[in-house]
Amino acid sequence: MSDTSEYETWISNFCSLYGHDYYVEVAPEFIEDEFNLTGLSSIVPFYREALDLILDFEPEANVKISDLPLIQHSAELLYGLIHSRYIITKQGLNAMSEKYQKGQFGQCPRYYCNGCKLLPTGRYDSPGMETVRLFCPNCFDLYLPNSSRYLNIDGAFFGTTFSGFFLKMFDLDKPNLKKQFELKIFGFKVNEVSNVGQRMKWLRSLPKTEEEFKEYEQID
Amino acid sequence: MSKEEEEEEYTSDSGSEFSEYWVDWFLGTKGNEYFCEIDQEYITDKFNLTGLSSEVERIPQSVDLITDNLKIEDISNDLRDHLEYNARILYGLVHQRYIITSRGLVKMQEKYKKADFGYCSRVFCQLQHLLPIGLSDHLGVSSVKLYCPKCEDIYNPKSSRHSVIDGAYFGTSFPGIFLQSYPGSVPIHPTQRYIPKVFGFNLYEHGKIARWQELQRLKLVERLAGRGIELRNKPNGYIVNKRNNNEDDEDNEDDENTDVQIKDV
Repeated sequence: MSDTSEYETWISNFCSLYGHDYYVEVAPEFIEDEFNLTGLSSIVPFYREALDLILDFEPEANVKISDLPLIQHSAELLYGLIHSRYIITKQGLNAMSEKYQKGQFGQCPRYYCNGCKLLPTGRYDSPGMETVRLFCPNCFDLYLPNSSRYLNIDGAFFGTTFSGFFLKMFDLDKPNLKKQFELKIFGFKVNEVSNVGQRMKWLRSLPKTEEEFKEYEQID
Repeated sequence: MSKEEEEEEYTSDSGSEFSEYWVDWFLGTKGNEYFCEIDQEYITDKFNLTGLSSEVERIPQSVDLITDNLKIEDISNDLRDHLEYNARILYGLVHQRYIITSRGLVKMQEKYKKADFGYCSRVFCQLQHLLPIGLSDHLGVSSVKLYCPKCEDIYNPKSSRHSVIDGAYFGTSFPGIFLQSYPGSVPIHPTQRYIPKVFGFNLYEHGKIARWQELQRLKLVERLAGRGIELRNKPNGYIVNKRNNNEDDEDNEDDENTDVQIKDV
């Protein structure tokens, strides 16, 4: 990391902004490698200027002042897209793992997940489709961030691949649904035939009996 | 009557100390947004307080405090604090009983419609309104949880203000009775799943579990179809969308079978 002590780099400033605490700081070496940016120049307007801004380079040509807000916006988009690529590299995964260990992405709101730590994920890899969602490795379901300050982060900035990759890398791919909630009225279970009967039990169930395991093995 | 009219005109959101009515002050206090107003007649009826004496002390005085009939000047500060504390517990426990009466249900339905209890965080529940629930009907067992009628699971309240409320103030039976009383409030369940992907490919184990769970769901659909219960896009049934993927096409087939079976019956 080429941290300069005199001034804050654009990247670290960007990551320390309010509501940007899901982002990790992408190593400048990663961005400087053109190979890692393949294909991005066609998605991001003012690509060259935005890249210079992210890396704190002096712009090559004079930039019109009226373009500055656009460039700033492009830089954020470009950074996000680079971010989604960076976090599936070894370095990036480690950086994200540190954040994950600290629980910086929040906890699963589901009661029986016992505050399982969440992972940020997107459902689409192209920007502008949906904001970031959180994946719980325990109940393998998707949740909304609990604060509205994360609602301006694009899901594509984390990408569809990261959460799955992370599960595999850190061996978190064992869903655990030991306890399940069952609605009762005065202590009595509600029969599934009732019009308020349980109809979503399947969503939180895993094979338990031998028969179910057999059934599970046969599925493919 | 005149007092009741006054009460209706008086709205307290600030929770200021100068509130005239104890109930208004209580409901206006931050963190008490989940509670609804209990009718005076309900709380003064001794029958409704049956059995509470084992959980709360000094019930008659606490009732007086809640209904603003207590002469505060006559009692010492210590006793007043004690009564204040008791009154809150008593209000909560009576609340548990009140919200499953028909009048209480109406009030809770209004709050439910306004989403006073918040929204489900699960993405596929699409901001379904939640219902408060306790894990026990007794004090001090657990804090209040929120029940999502769409995914039929319970969640922790988002705000720490709400996670200190005792679950017994809402009780274990409330959501069940609420949904039975208002069948129109029973949502249609979404069947969409999220399967983690790597470079566009589903993770094998997760995909397998999801397929197994889908199988369990189809078995349930079949079981219920055998009893003449149609589930397609019906309350407490499943959302079946034609434009969705293959899994739902299977659904369609399944549900068509349902139709045939109903005709047979």
